[in-house]
Amino acid sequence: MNVPTMAEMMAQGKQPEVLFWVGCAGSFDDRAKKITKAFVKIMQKAKVSFAVLGTEESCSGDPAKRAGNEFLFQMQAMSNIEVMNMYEVKKIVTACPHCFNTINNEYPQLGGDFEVMHHTQFLKSLLDEGRLTIEGGKFKGKRITFHDPCYLGRANNIYEAPRDLIKKLDIELVEMKRCKTNGLCCGAGGAQMFKDAEKGEKEIFVERTEDAIEVTPDIIATGCPFCNTMMTDGVKVKEKESSIQVLDIAEMIANADDL
Amino acid sequence: MQYIPNILFAILLFVGVGFFVKNIQKLIRNIKLGKDIDRTDNRSARWKNMANIALGQSKMVKRPVSGFLHVIVYVGFIIINIEVLEIIIDGLFGTHRVFQNLLGDTFYGFLIGFFEILALLVFVAVTIFWIRRNVIKIKRFWNKEMKGWPKSDGNNILYFEMVLMSLFLIMNATDTHFQQLGIGNVVSQYLAPIFSNFSESILHIIERSAWWIHIAGIFVFLNYLYYSKHLHILLAFPNTFYANLKPKGQFPLNATVTSEVKMMLDPNADPFAAPPEGASEEVPEKFGASDVTDLNWVQLMNAYTCTECGRCTSVCPANQTGKELSPRAIMMKTRDRLEEVGKNIDANGTFKDDNKQLLNNYITPEELWACTSCNACVEECPVNIDPLSIIMDMRQYLVMEQSAAPAELNNMMTNIENNGAPWPYNQMDRLNWKDE
Repeated sequence: MNVPTMAEMMAQGKQPEVLFWVGCAGSFDDRAKKITKAFVKIMQKAKVSFAVLGTEESCSGDPAKRAGNEFLFQMQAMSNIEVMNMYEVKKIVTACPHCFNTINNEYPQLGGDFEVMHHTQFLKSLLDEGRLTIEGGKFKGKRITFHDPCYLGRANNIYEAPRDLIKKLDIELVEMKRCKTNGLCCGAGGAQMFKDAEKGEKEIFVERTEDAIEVTPDIIATGCPFCNTMMTDGVKVKEKESSIQVLDIAEMIANADDL
Repeated sequence: MQYIPNILFAILLFVGVGFFVKNIQKLIRNIKLGKDIDRTDNRSARWKNMANIALGQSKMVKRPVSGFLHVIVYVGFIIINIEVLEIIIDGLFGTHRVFQNLLGDTFYGFLIGFFEILALLVFVAVTIFWIRRNVIKIKRFWNKEMKGWPKSDGNNILYFEMVLMSLFLIMNATDTHFQQLGIGNVVSQYLAPIFSNFSESILHIIERSAWWIHIAGIFVFLNYLYYSKHLHILLAFPNTFYANLKPKGQFPLNATVTSEVKMMLDPNADPFAAPPEGASEEVPEKFGASDVTDLNWVQLMNAYTCTECGRCTSVCPANQTGKELSPRAIMMKTRDRLEEVGKNIDANGTFKDDNKQLLNNYITPEELWACTSCNACVEECPVNIDPLSIIMDMRQYLVMEQSAAPAELNNMMTNIENNGAPWPYNQMDRLNWKDE
């Protein structure tokens, strides 16, 4: 794939329209890398001028902060801000709600003032500007339910952008009994992704997957690489892999268009 | 001799209000044990929050059944208190139904009739609340933190309200003159026949007793507040006013850390440089919170405001899946510890170390580490309490002061330090995906 870095752009004297913040999951996790690539394909098709930081990108600091390590968080934040300010970054898009939340809300006080968008917001804006068209394609008529990532929904009150995109796919959007402000967490937030759950009766991701299975969807759509992992695991535990797919909205849009 | 009731009433009023004021002062002192935090920005948004959420009950009605019942009790409580004003004037000056002459029969009748209907509605609503707690046994009222005092506290309040509403109606039903007038006895006229066999003097005694027990009951209830979860009827207002207005995902920046980090990242900084003239040499501030005095005053006010409804806990993903964490218990334990610290100060003048703290003695690390920081509890609270902020402050203490994170999280943090990702992948491989 042709994915320019900020350094390469700068060497050519160019400034991209937007910095694509890939995030750690998007860079290293095999499942999340597919989301990254799908999103890149859509941006390329929409002729968005973008670049990534590549090896100059480092963890946003979200898991450190939620785990209570303010020191490590601020180290990460300040070095990232320094890099991005050096490249005079103005606008950032990311497919990870955790990076989105941290860079958007917690970087400004440390000197990082950027316009930050979650990829669903960004894709919605491309759609509104007429730079992107979305057609149902292979998803036409499918039942789809959207799992609200906590750090997109409750944390930042973004509920409609992902739904607006899904609806464009000529599908049937079914809501789980707990959705939007009442959405149940997948269990990965607050650094839980990186540890075993405390002692209990059940895994949170199983509880959440049951919510989804209740509305008998063909696809569980997500907008977060961690939610994606958790819901995928949940579908496996409930032995529903043959009937239910877990997909990121970017993947759905890219697949619909056979990108 | 004829002034004895007036004097008795004045004493009752003085003691009732005086004791209450004393407790409120203690409450304010305890809240001020918290660290300072500036929540005076954006006043218009704050007033709006208070108007919508506290006054307008907008978050209560998200659960329609309990929300609707609560609105009845709330409206009843506020409006019936107009009647208390009349009772106080009557009590002090020996008048009887002083507002009747002042407002005229028609309007007075309308008011009292309205109060009677409300009193009946409140009685019914409170009875349903009691049934929900004790007969239907709705799960959130039976979590383990609700054993003992919290359980009886919840019921006591309901009994108080049932008795007060009944006394108000009995007082009107046995007021022969009021019944004969036939104004405003919308509900009490149906109670009056119960007393029809009694002589006028007995009726008078019942009426007077109901009147006295009613007002005395109100003063007792007023003073019960401080010892109960019921403080929310007052604190819901400042609590919604001073609540966090920032996006829920934005956790506060610890500014003490910022200067240290800046120094670490500054290649020109001399780590051995002497501190500049005038710089304080005091011990650096403690990171995070291990006791109530490390929390800020809004968090402490949150603890006193919590009425233990348990909506937070009922939506908490950790609690629903059987983990130890209950956001309501976080608030209750914070209040219990704060009360303990307050009593310690009362007894010793200043706080005397009691070898206890909020962490471990009240809230365990197991509870803190079960949180997914999903903000469901914060979103759900009908009066904008923020249990998550306490959990995060305490995690910060565990990690930054005690290095007591679970081993897997220590690995994750080491990875971030070494290679800029929570997993052990090389930062140089960050762009490999594009060619895979």
